[in-house]
Amino acid sequence: MKTRKNVKPTHYINYVVITVAAIVLGILSLVGALPASYQIILENIAIAITLAVSLSMVVGFLGELSLGHAGFMCVGAYLGGKVVYVLSPSIGEIPALLLGFVVGGILAAICGIIIGLPALRLRGDYLAIVTLAFGEIVWSLFMNSSEESFGGALGMPTVRIDKDYLFIIALVVVLICLAVTQNLIRSKHGRAITSIRDNEIAAKATGINVTKYKLAVFAISAFFAGVAGVLLASSNYTVQSQKFNYNYSIEILVMVVLGGMGNINGSIIAAALITFLDIKLQTVLTGELAVMQDLVYALILIVIVIYNNAPGLKAFREKYNFKNLLAKVIKDKNDPSHARDDEAKWDRVPTKIQMDEVLSVDVQVKSPYTPDKAEKGDN
Amino acid sequence: MEIIETIINGFSLGGTYAMIALGYTMVYGIAKMLNFAHGDIIMVGGYTLYVTLAGMGNPIMGLILAVLVCTLLGVTVEKVAYKPLRGASPLAVLITAIGVSYLLQSLAQIIFTSAPRMVYVGGQDGLGYVTIGDLKIQTHIIITLVCSVVIMVVLSLFVKYTKTGRAMIAVSEDKGAAQLMGINVNMIITITFAIGSALAAFAGFFMLMKSPSLTNTLGAMPGIKAFTAAVIGGIGSIPGAMLGGLFIGMIETVAQVVPGMGAYTIAIEFLVLIIVLLVRPTGILGKKRREKV
Repeated sequence: MKTRKNVKPTHYINYVVITVAAIVLGILSLVGALPASYQIILENIAIAITLAVSLSMVVGFLGELSLGHAGFMCVGAYLGGKVVYVLSPSIGEIPALLLGFVVGGILAAICGIIIGLPALRLRGDYLAIVTLAFGEIVWSLFMNSSEESFGGALGMPTVRIDKDYLFIIALVVVLICLAVTQNLIRSKHGRAITSIRDNEIAAKATGINVTKYKLAVFAISAFFAGVAGVLLASSNYTVQSQKFNYNYSIEILVMVVLGGMGNINGSIIAAALITFLDIKLQTVLTGELAVMQDLVYALILIVIVIYNNAPGLKAFREKYNFKNLLAKVIKDKNDPSHARDDEAKWDRVPTKIQMDEVLSVDVQVKSPYTPDKAEKGDN
Repeated sequence: MEIIETIINGFSLGGTYAMIALGYTMVYGIAKMLNFAHGDIIMVGGYTLYVTLAGMGNPIMGLILAVLVCTLLGVTVEKVAYKPLRGASPLAVLITAIGVSYLLQSLAQIIFTSAPRMVYVGGQDGLGYVTIGDLKIQTHIIITLVCSVVIMVVLSLFVKYTKTGRAMIAVSEDKGAAQLMGINVNMIITITFAIGSALAAFAGFFMLMKSPSLTNTLGAMPGIKAFTAAVIGGIGSIPGAMLGGLFIGMIETVAQVVPGMGAYTIAIEFLVLIIVLLVRPTGILGKKRREKV
């Protein structure tokens, strides 16, 4: 039998961490030792991780920018939440919730395929604006729905599943989402998907069915966004359509970007950390002070993105990056096997969003005789 | 008569959107980036107007100051946040722009709180009406319409006939070649941001003439709509942005007049965007881009 060479323990560490967390916290919760506020934080963290991992599939691995992830979530939250609300009196909360996951997820996935169709014709920024448009259409439709159907502007009432175990279900959803995503990405299909990101034409030339993969990735990503929507609906007493506007999509995108594009563990950590800080800071910063948090996030976002991507800072970055410093402490030289196989490198060809020729010219015209002031000052 | 009034209203609103869309499209054409913070420049212009009106009470002075502040802000943002990323992945630039947008919004909220401020450009009673025959049109609509037409004509002439304007076209066509021809690319990008931001200040003035309530999210939704307008017209194309702006303004005005459609304005606008992009993937006046292997 052929042995799989690429399997490393680090590939499975996230499953282990989440499973252990789910078991330990689950026991604590059932014993009654876990405060309700922590249960709510855990629910939100699980929702955020599901969203970030599913978006990371589209943005990090397929290389298409989606600004409408909250739209898929909205579909799941409303339609799946409705199923749970209607069915839970007759068949019980948990079966209704599971059925809600399936219905919400599948309907969101259908929307994902519908949005994936333009993705075949459009690229880069144009696709980004179509996904943004989709997200805005979805929430404004639910906003204007009649009161009997989806509650309109008042929001739709949902079933609040018991705090004591909802977070365990949510963590199981995270595990399933992780299993699907990681196994997909590390399979032959995953390599096909990343090859579409790196060079679509070359991928086509090697016989990869670009249409099939793009639609599949959009559908899977939307499915989990829909499931996360059902979770969100079940962790509240109502769902409000305004919540799913484009700011929410961008919040998810920020988690993916801060975690490192195409780095699943990074997205998980970023999602957990941001959600945790969000909820914790809400209690500290109240009223007009709440905005300080946005200010700090915005600054962190700008600084991190510039630090990670500015061409002028490249030398500095290579000298003082965290990985190298860590490697110095732990090992004497940087082991090449430590390079993550599924990490998107922004200084390679990262996405279709690249307006290739025009932008690359700016990089190429760097002879010592070109007065390019951008080079000075930095570094 | 109502139809003519609706058409004039549509053109006027379209003019406002065109002002914003021009900012998006020019920056995209030249720097190849989506400046997500553009909508928030409008908001900063709005607050400048508010402060000047409170201090001096002169709306024209307010407009001039707003244009100055916005221009300065646009150039500063470009220098601080976008310039270090020139040559980096467009996604990185996009995310930075989103960061800048949040930064401006939260700064505005810290300074002016989240309570809406009322900006009465024409005094408490508004600017009144103009009657032409049977037509009764609000004055601010006429002002917006006239100003935006004049600005668009001036801008078109500027791009077509001045040295700087032609340099802008050259940079948007081919940055490297433009640089070799002795054009200072960095300077042109700065000028583009300056012009785009100045136009945003005008748009903010028009918007506040229409409805005086000013919050820190004033520019967010119009920004997205104008962005759609720019994409519908073909992003990167100046006439395209004007056309797209008028188109979106017209759709919005008509949708609000037709009974039962008003609530679905946003959905209709974005649906039109998706349809246009499916039929013509680069917008109405956009250039087709051939992918080279």
